[in-house]
Amino acid sequence: MKRIGIDVGGTNTDAVLIDGETVLSSIKFPTTADVMKGVVDAIRHVTASQPASASQVDAVMIGTTHFTNAVVERARLERVGAIRIAMPAGASLPPMVDWPDDLREAVDPLSFMVEGGHEYDGRPLVPLDRDAVRDAAMRIRDAGIQSVGITALFSPLTTECEVEAAEIVRSVMPNARITLSHTLGRIGLLERENVTLLNAALQGLGQRTVDAFAKALKESGVHAPFYLTQNDGTVVLAEVAAANPVYSFASGPTNSMRGAAFLTGLKEAMVIDVGGTTSDIGCLVGGFPREANNVVEVGGVRTLFRMPDLLPMALGGGTIIDAEKGTIGPRSVGYRITSEALVFGGSTLTTTDIAVAAGLVEIGDRDRVSHLDQTLVSTLLKRIEQMVEDSVDRMKTSADGVELIAVGGGSFLIPEKLNGVSEVLRVEHAGVANALGAAMAQVSGEVDQVFSEMSRDAAIAEAEKLARQRAIEAGAQPGTISLLDTEDIPIAYLPGDARRVRVRVVGDIAFNEKREVA
Amino acid sequence: MIRDFEVDEIDPLAVGAWILGTGGGGSPYLAQLNLKKLYRDGRKCRLIDPLELDDDDAVAVVSKMGAPLVGQERLVDPAHLARAMKLMEEYTGKPFRAVMSVEIGGGNALSPFLAGAMLDIPVVDADAMGRAYPEAQMTSFAIGDLQMYPLTLVDCRDNEAIVAKAASWKWMERISRKVCTEVGSTSATCKAPRTGREVKDWGVLHTVTKATSLGRAVLSARARHTDPVAAVLEHEGGVELFKGKVTDVDRTTTGGFLRGVAKIEGLDSDRGSLLELSFQNEWAVAFRDGTPMAMTPDLICLLDTVSGEAIGTETVRYGQRVTAVALPAPAVLQTPKGLEHVGPRAFGYDLDFKSVFAS
Repeated sequence: MKRIGIDVGGTNTDAVLIDGETVLSSIKFPTTADVMKGVVDAIRHVTASQPASASQVDAVMIGTTHFTNAVVERARLERVGAIRIAMPAGASLPPMVDWPDDLREAVDPLSFMVEGGHEYDGRPLVPLDRDAVRDAAMRIRDAGIQSVGITALFSPLTTECEVEAAEIVRSVMPNARITLSHTLGRIGLLERENVTLLNAALQGLGQRTVDAFAKALKESGVHAPFYLTQNDGTVVLAEVAAANPVYSFASGPTNSMRGAAFLTGLKEAMVIDVGGTTSDIGCLVGGFPREANNVVEVGGVRTLFRMPDLLPMALGGGTIIDAEKGTIGPRSVGYRITSEALVFGGSTLTTTDIAVAAGLVEIGDRDRVSHLDQTLVSTLLKRIEQMVEDSVDRMKTSADGVELIAVGGGSFLIPEKLNGVSEVLRVEHAGVANALGAAMAQVSGEVDQVFSEMSRDAAIAEAEKLARQRAIEAGAQPGTISLLDTEDIPIAYLPGDARRVRVRVVGDIAFNEKREVA
Repeated sequence: MIRDFEVDEIDPLAVGAWILGTGGGGSPYLAQLNLKKLYRDGRKCRLIDPLELDDDDAVAVVSKMGAPLVGQERLVDPAHLARAMKLMEEYTGKPFRAVMSVEIGGGNALSPFLAGAMLDIPVVDADAMGRAYPEAQMTSFAIGDLQMYPLTLVDCRDNEAIVAKAASWKWMERISRKVCTEVGSTSATCKAPRTGREVKDWGVLHTVTKATSLGRAVLSARARHTDPVAAVLEHEGGVELFKGKVTDVDRTTTGGFLRGVAKIEGLDSDRGSLLELSFQNEWAVAFRDGTPMAMTPDLICLLDTVSGEAIGTETVRYGQRVTAVALPAPAVLQTPKGLEHVGPRAFGYDLDFKSVFAS
């Protein structure tokens, strides 16, 4: 069964064509200003060298770090309307109160706190102030804002206020893109609201991105269903993914980690994925990325939803260096590296230029960096080494040396020897590990609901049964489904030993059936 | 001595208070955000040494009461804590000289700072537990048989209640808990006012300073890449109980408590052993391979092995690498009277208290 995996990073677009577990062809292109031209070129390249034509591809899995990069760089975000339904509770801590100033300014929210929401036991806190919601919607509309995030008190347990507020907003702004917090986050008003507003700020970008991918696939002659990879390394249909860009936040690094596991055969290791703009360090446990089990910061914002446990670093092949101050990043030239880096004839000093000057890699024109002061070069390399050592150390769970798999287009920046690392592994196809991980991504089935009047074991068993059904409905092969994680939280004070149970299972895509359907 | 409490002391206080919360008390994060916002808005807190209080000074004891999970949704608002204090002043007719915390463990360590900043009243460097406990009768003031009433309780919806009298600390707990549950299991309260004399005699003194310097020790160990858990042990004269990985957490909520057991499989020198940490909001008893090795009122703290950050009974999860440590309890909790209130039997364990620190 042939699958194409594509990973669109800020710097490179990678693609692989695989048949089962065999890599038929792969390619890495610099991401261009016209992102989709790169995608078309990449698909044409991986399919051209094969007897199978593009039309015989069964599925295309696309992973993109577009959305994370937008948050990290505080760029391409859209202005949002924030409606919180919780007053008179929480008045002292308005929406985005704990966001970094520059990000809050970039999103520039128009915020409203209105009366409503529910208690933990389903009683209304106070009646929903519908007029206030309508008034907020009109002011959001009048400000020309198209994306709205709505967060109501205890909405993960009682969705009513958010659903009703969405109807009111839609009556005022029929074309508004609306994110409801209960669809994304968990208990924890601020963290859930943060995820919601990040999602709202990214939805325009999400839809534009998916539309553009669809166009690119069509131009390439691919007619297979296409999926976007998600935070947990699984896939969902692209149209569904467009509405929830936050679920794709970590798909790039997650895919590269799964690709790294596949390429090395290691199930327990540390992985560093060095892209053009950022690097991510993660930990493989049983071949899957270790899950973060609490608040995860995205671009300095605390969020609480399922994410892999990743430590991002502002270090990539395109990271800009300030030679005068001797500082590295956090800005990157991103996809413009092929025109802006010194070795490519540009005028911006980047980490790639430093690596070329030090002879770590041969890219571009080495003569263009021969003027660089050797002391500066070695100081900066030492600084990079320290950055990596420090980050690896923070992700370690014991003092023992770990194996570190270096993948990604900028992996040449990772030194051979690092304190606290037993061995740095580099593998064939490492540059396209994330595209490989995407191509191999599985389908998941998830259940997240409140069970009552049954024992803990029975509730978990019931949830797992439902999750398996959903995975099969989503196209998983029944025999391949395995339990990924289970979590249960009793809900204080609700009668009948109520508990919220979350279970997720994953399985391989059932290609045979898909093909027959096609 | 009365001094300014500086803005750069807020984070260390929160970190230290969370550790002294012994798994409960609620995360200080939201209170921390509120306090920083108040400082940004130009308000400031002062810290007063309890020994500076005059015997007849009136001291407010404020706390946020309720279920921590509810607190994560219905975010604490300084205005309500301040209102609970004002309501008490209106009721008693006596203005407060200072305000203090009922428990230094968890988010309530910052409650008097929120009220104090709103009302420009100094915060006393003391509390009534030296840690966190879930109920009113589990305070040093209750152990001292001090008067338990009146109590004021404020909800965000203009619901205000005064418990004018209660027959005992347990009755005060039952009545106020009932009101609190009725308004959604979260409320701002001002407990029975204390005199300066009572604070000096029965308070657990200088715990704000203790929590702040504990937090600073952890933060500085992290910054220096030394072992933050070792920094906690050194700072508090504690002992390491167990190092391992969380393999199961079972929680139930009964009688308004979050009860349960966290199972931890040993790593390193504890490999092959199992630690079962039994909790009722806070960590109550630690059983190593079935044998009790530490119990309340000794402070049992579960720390992230790497960062030294405290892990709460609500946030402990499978897979975490953790170190359980015991820290010495305040003397008042270890007296025979103290043990009646907060010893293992007060939590339903048929165990005689034996301190980890008894030689």
